[in-house]
Amino acid sequence: MPRVALTVNGKAVTAEVEGRTLLVQLLRENLGLTGTHVGCDTSQCGACTVHVNGRSVKSCTMLAVQAASSAVTTIEGLANGTELHPMQEAFREHHGLQCGFCTPGMVMSAIDLARHNPEADETQVREWLEGNLCRCTGYHNIVKAILAGIKAMLGNAPRGKSAKSRGTSS
Amino acid sequence: MTHQPNPTGIGAALKRKEDPRFLRGKGRYTDDINLPGQSYAYFLRSAYAHARIKKIDTRAAKKARGVVAVYTSADTAKLGGLPCGWLIHSKDGSPMKEGKHPVLAEGKVRHVGDPVAVIIAETLAQARDAAELVEIDFAELPAVVDMAKAQNKGAAAVHDVAPDNVCYDWELGDKAAVDAAFATAAHVTRLELTNNRLAANPIEPRAAIGDYSSATGEHTLYTTSQNPHVIRLLMGAFVLQIPEHKIRVIAPDVGGGFGSKIYHYAEEALVTWAAAQLERPVKWTSDRSEAFLSDAQGRDHKTVVELALDKDGKFLALRESTLANMGAYLSTFASVIPTWLHGTLLAGQYTTPAIYCNVKAIYTSTVAVDAYRGAGRPEATFLLERVIDLAALETGRDPVELRRLNFIQPHQFPYQTPVALVYDSGNYQATMDQALKAADYAGFEKRRQAAKARGKLRGIGVASYIEACGIAPSNVAGALGARAGLYEAATVRVNPTGSVSVMTGSHSHGQGHETTFAQVVSDKLGIAFDQVEIVHGDTAKIPFGMGTYGSRSIAVGGSAIVKAMDKIIAKGKKIAAHMLEAAEGDMTFENGAFKVAGTDRQKSFGEVAFSAYVPHKYPLDTVEPGLEETAFYDPKNFTFPAGTYICEVEIDPDTGAVEIVAFHAADDFGNIINPMIVEGQVHGGLAQGIGQALFEHCVYDDAGQLVSGSFMDYCMPRADNLPSFNVATSVTVCTHNPLGVKGCGEAGAIGSPPAVINAIVNALKDYGVTHIEMPATPQKIWRAIRSAKKK
Repeated sequence: MPRVALTVNGKAVTAEVEGRTLLVQLLRENLGLTGTHVGCDTSQCGACTVHVNGRSVKSCTMLAVQAASSAVTTIEGLANGTELHPMQEAFREHHGLQCGFCTPGMVMSAIDLARHNPEADETQVREWLEGNLCRCTGYHNIVKAILAGIKAMLGNAPRGKSAKSRGTSS
Repeated sequence: MTHQPNPTGIGAALKRKEDPRFLRGKGRYTDDINLPGQSYAYFLRSAYAHARIKKIDTRAAKKARGVVAVYTSADTAKLGGLPCGWLIHSKDGSPMKEGKHPVLAEGKVRHVGDPVAVIIAETLAQARDAAELVEIDFAELPAVVDMAKAQNKGAAAVHDVAPDNVCYDWELGDKAAVDAAFATAAHVTRLELTNNRLAANPIEPRAAIGDYSSATGEHTLYTTSQNPHVIRLLMGAFVLQIPEHKIRVIAPDVGGGFGSKIYHYAEEALVTWAAAQLERPVKWTSDRSEAFLSDAQGRDHKTVVELALDKDGKFLALRESTLANMGAYLSTFASVIPTWLHGTLLAGQYTTPAIYCNVKAIYTSTVAVDAYRGAGRPEATFLLERVIDLAALETGRDPVELRRLNFIQPHQFPYQTPVALVYDSGNYQATMDQALKAADYAGFEKRRQAAKARGKLRGIGVASYIEACGIAPSNVAGALGARAGLYEAATVRVNPTGSVSVMTGSHSHGQGHETTFAQVVSDKLGIAFDQVEIVHGDTAKIPFGMGTYGSRSIAVGGSAIVKAMDKIIAKGKKIAAHMLEAAEGDMTFENGAFKVAGTDRQKSFGEVAFSAYVPHKYPLDTVEPGLEETAFYDPKNFTFPAGTYICEVEIDPDTGAVEIVAFHAADDFGNIINPMIVEGQVHGGLAQGIGQALFEHCVYDDAGQLVSGSFMDYCMPRADNLPSFNVATSVTVCTHNPLGVKGCGEAGAIGSPPAVINAIVNALKDYGVTHIEMPATPQKIWRAIRSAKKK
């Protein structure tokens, strides 16, 4: 079986996988990082969204072997100890989650939006979420949370961290 | 409750206790659990909607790499069928016709997705690979898809016990009175409509892990359930014949349910059974395509509704005739959804004096249909609020004024409807006024004209809903055919240092019970919110439970917790009286302290708790040590949340595309524990209701294939399909439960579909359009506009 070496949440890992093993399976099954969820089989729901080299990727659309040598960040890699990432904190503050299942993907996707378009307005946030399904919240509070989370990420910049570096790239 | 405002008590918009673990990826959902020695199950499902199984050959699959076992009905036929929990009688008095629902198909398959075999292997990939090697010889039979044709002579029968595919033919109401009223009516409005079939689609697919200990003979099932005790009862007593004390069912974090995770499913029983056969854990996780073919679906009614009005617009009578799709098997609560949870809601918010409802439940070669958020009540609300709007259109009345004219007035409560229910409280004018004001209803015409100038058709739609929640008084339910009680249980355990653990039979799968229930406890016992732990979802930890559905958790589960706390306080008074050398009758409890009335002598809750566990100065002759109480609460009546929703749309006449430009909800949920969470529940319900109105549809072709069987084809509402919502509440208190609460989980999904469709029809009024079927896709609207132009 192929052996892949990559960095996950800042740690170097290696794993033996089948050629058909998906990145999400590597994360969940080989590495026990079960915060990344699987909600569909057609790459529609976005519950499996992680960052690969700092960009949001649906980890059900990528083979594990394709992630060789890359830096992957999962939802487990965001918080600094007990201190939540500003986007996580915004979801909590604005009740942007109910059952919590789509939440990791939403948060990972939202952080990538902050980097793509830190000026995003409500319409742009809603368009960005085209690839993330939520069945609980009606998106209302997710949109509020993301708008606030982006602001908070930018607001952290003067404290010596840019929005970019407060993200998750390698 | 306590007299001083409690910052963590009832009414506070506290942030949720659940959130940090979910936000950090530390939730523990069923598929996140892996047990040592675990094997993986893959279900081989029928690709035919209706076929005889002539032969199954599993020899090659059994020899495949990694395969542990392959089971078919030859192995499982001795197991019981999956039971239906509610017996409905037809109008002729005969019981509904129940065909067996085997865990693996016996002799024939009845829908695409019906499980035929289960392959268990060391890895899921190996199980899937081996499934390819199972040879099944099917003889295809005609599929039964259309409910009307299903009853025709010569149509194939899904079950031998129901040769005409009619499961039951049920009625409610005074038919003669209704017929008489129609005969004298000044105006009769008639509408044929479809309530489209939906897939619940919680984002977490179902999963189940069976485990067995040969040392203790104990079976453990981890499952994505809204009601683990119900699963234990149904699976143990009916399917596997294992006594309850040998079964533990754990429903850990569950990623949404919306009804679809109430039911006992074959996969749960199979993994539990197989784990005992193999003496190793067996895990199954559904994928989304499988969910479309195996999770119970919702709605699917074909209805004719007629409303009789007098010359002033007063409703005289309502008549409904509906075909309700059961799918191929009777799911756990399937039979009660289009009957007692539907026909009883036909009075809505109105004084209609005579109502008659006839529902025929039909078996078809499709996935089972059961409760989906709202469950029977959205169907009732949709037909009622549509026919009222159409009556307003036909008689030249304003739809708001027609509703107002017929509203039950605040002084009329308690109000006995002609369809069995007694509404305890409500103020329908108030929620209507609130919604109209929020929506600037009076200013709509200006907005319509402005839209017209931009080439858009603007419409406004109003819908006033009622629902019966807090299910249900057990004696009433029993008289109506329930095969279970519908109380809720709770244990309140006060720990020696004064913290509190609450074991509740309600189950949270997104509702935030760990927060709201803790607020109730904090409020009632006057202790800190962070000193309260809510435990749910494990039959080994919780005394009993009927679970979460029908917006019942706070009204029934919350009331059970209050009842248990009442017992705690009563016992605490005895202990405190002894400690303070006062008479028990002089003791009061408020703001977290036991006090001697009229004095400043008091003992704190913590001191009393400690004394209960360290009973040195304690009334041991009359009071047991310890401070833990269990209560079962059986509701006295349903609760009746109600409200008015207003939707405003703009339609592009060239494409038929609909944009919801504003949505206003005004709800009365009784007292509210956590307004932030209640708003979130409404938002989610609205999205599902709007999804039904505009996007979602389980489409079966004539061969019984589900055409919209993936997220590529089934249109789930996405963020850019929806607006931000404007939600507000007003309060009339529920009169018969201790919290005065009514429940809020389903309202959004109940009230919104007719509001949306009424708005669309209103936008299209110049084209003479009187109805649009759901989902109101751009194609349907474009065709309606186009055919109107041709006329």
